[in-house]
Amino acid sequence: MAETILFYALAITAFSAAFAVVLQKSALGSAFALIVVLCSLSAIYGLLGSPILATLQIVIYAGAVMVLFLFVIMLLDVRREKGGGGPRSFVPLALLFAGLLVLQVGAVLVGSELVPQSAPFDGSAKAFARRLFSQDYVYVFEATSVLIVAALAGALALARRRR
Amino acid sequence: MTALTWPQELAIRSALALTVVAFLLGLFSVMTYIERRLLAFMQFRLGPNRTGPLGLFQPVADGIKLFFKEEFVPQAANRWAFIAAPAVAITTALMAVAVIPYGGAVTMPRFDLLPEWLRGRPIPLQIAHLDVGVLYLFAVSTLGVYGIVLAGWSANNKWSLIGALRSSAQMFSYELALGLSWVGPILLAESLRIEDIVACQAGGIHRWNAIIQLPAFMIYLFAATAEVGRLPFDLPEAEAELVAGFHTEYASMKFALLQMAEYVNMITVSVLATDFFLGGWHAPLVSLQSAAGVNLGLLWFGGKTGALLFLFIWLRGTLPRLRYDQLMRFGWKVLVPAAVMHILGTAAVILWLTR
Repeated sequence: MAETILFYALAITAFSAAFAVVLQKSALGSAFALIVVLCSLSAIYGLLGSPILATLQIVIYAGAVMVLFLFVIMLLDVRREKGGGGPRSFVPLALLFAGLLVLQVGAVLVGSELVPQSAPFDGSAKAFARRLFSQDYVYVFEATSVLIVAALAGALALARRRR
Repeated sequence: MTALTWPQELAIRSALALTVVAFLLGLFSVMTYIERRLLAFMQFRLGPNRTGPLGLFQPVADGIKLFFKEEFVPQAANRWAFIAAPAVAITTALMAVAVIPYGGAVTMPRFDLLPEWLRGRPIPLQIAHLDVGVLYLFAVSTLGVYGIVLAGWSANNKWSLIGALRSSAQMFSYELALGLSWVGPILLAESLRIEDIVACQAGGIHRWNAIIQLPAFMIYLFAATAEVGRLPFDLPEAEAELVAGFHTEYASMKFALLQMAEYVNMITVSVLATDFFLGGWHAPLVSLQSAAGVNLGLLWFGGKTGALLFLFIWLRGTLPRLRYDQLMRFGWKVLVPAAVMHILGTAAVILWLTR
């Protein structure tokens, strides 16, 4: 019971903050709303029984990625958006895709129960590590890390001063 | 003994949390006094000694003064962010204490005043037993940047902004070394639970991580000093260059909250050093663990933490400030590689011993 209440409270927080990200006029406000979304998602992961995913979500997204976003916003001094944002010609296309998304999410929601439940699983750090470094995921995991290093090296090469 | 229902569990945890927070905030005000007095003695001065016996009421006087100061928000400041920043700073600082164990289990006395389910029940002195305790600490310490960045940016003052930028860059860089220095103890304890890391150091001083993981301990001390922005790494505040860094525009209780966050961080960092490297509440010799049948764990724990806090004040009284580029170079080119090498070495030794 308590878990259901918590889940809905967190879900509503995440949802309204996500709206704020889009509707907020100041870039900084959007960034902070996004931090709220990420934190509530992390809490939902914790509620589902995976503390490691919850903490990793905070470390990586709220702790590292968003701090960099904030840096950029503050240093570039992004002013409050004026007028209605982008060009109007995108509106029909945007509505079409939003409609598709609503349909898809609705189709999933119709068949689901109101009280969420996850299948029981071992959410401990040890179990997580075993899965991550087993045959199933280790290649994908290592390939991702190579990709990140490559991206990092690329960014450095682009940003380096030419002598 | 029957298992606890969740309201009972919640009551115990809330009581523990309230005690810890109240204790920390009390310790903060005492620490301001101790720090000023000790610094004064180190510099052949007397320090505050006029308010009450030995100047002991100085924190009270400071508190009253701060409460009655005028609330002031600069005109060009982003008002909401300016007000929210101190709250964010103190919240993230206090969040870390949730997973820190500060003693073994304490058995509740069999008083009639206590409810039936509480009498004689052992209560571990730790608010939350998280499977990923160390990771949680890391997550919370990364969140600590937000309070400072917000405070520095919202004031709309160039000194504040430069202070905040320096501060966040510094915290970012040294967090890495801080996190890496924990990996050695984690490998030895084979667990991410802080209580397991403490338990693995039981049985005398030769089992403490400060001895068998000496390089990690050194790296931790450097990184922790930088992380909480104390001298010689207090570039974010550098009063000779930046007035007062990110809290230049703050006054009254908002200033006090920022200051409080800083001290709470310093206390947390010392407590963590005690848990990770100095054996937590375990005595250096097994025979010293208890006297006259009373477990002295809390006393040992407090003593070690106090010694580390003294070390921080001592450093501040002794060392000059680094230059910013020296700080960055030291963090990235010395501490991080050293920490990585140390992890590899530790892992190799563990593999070789358990072969």
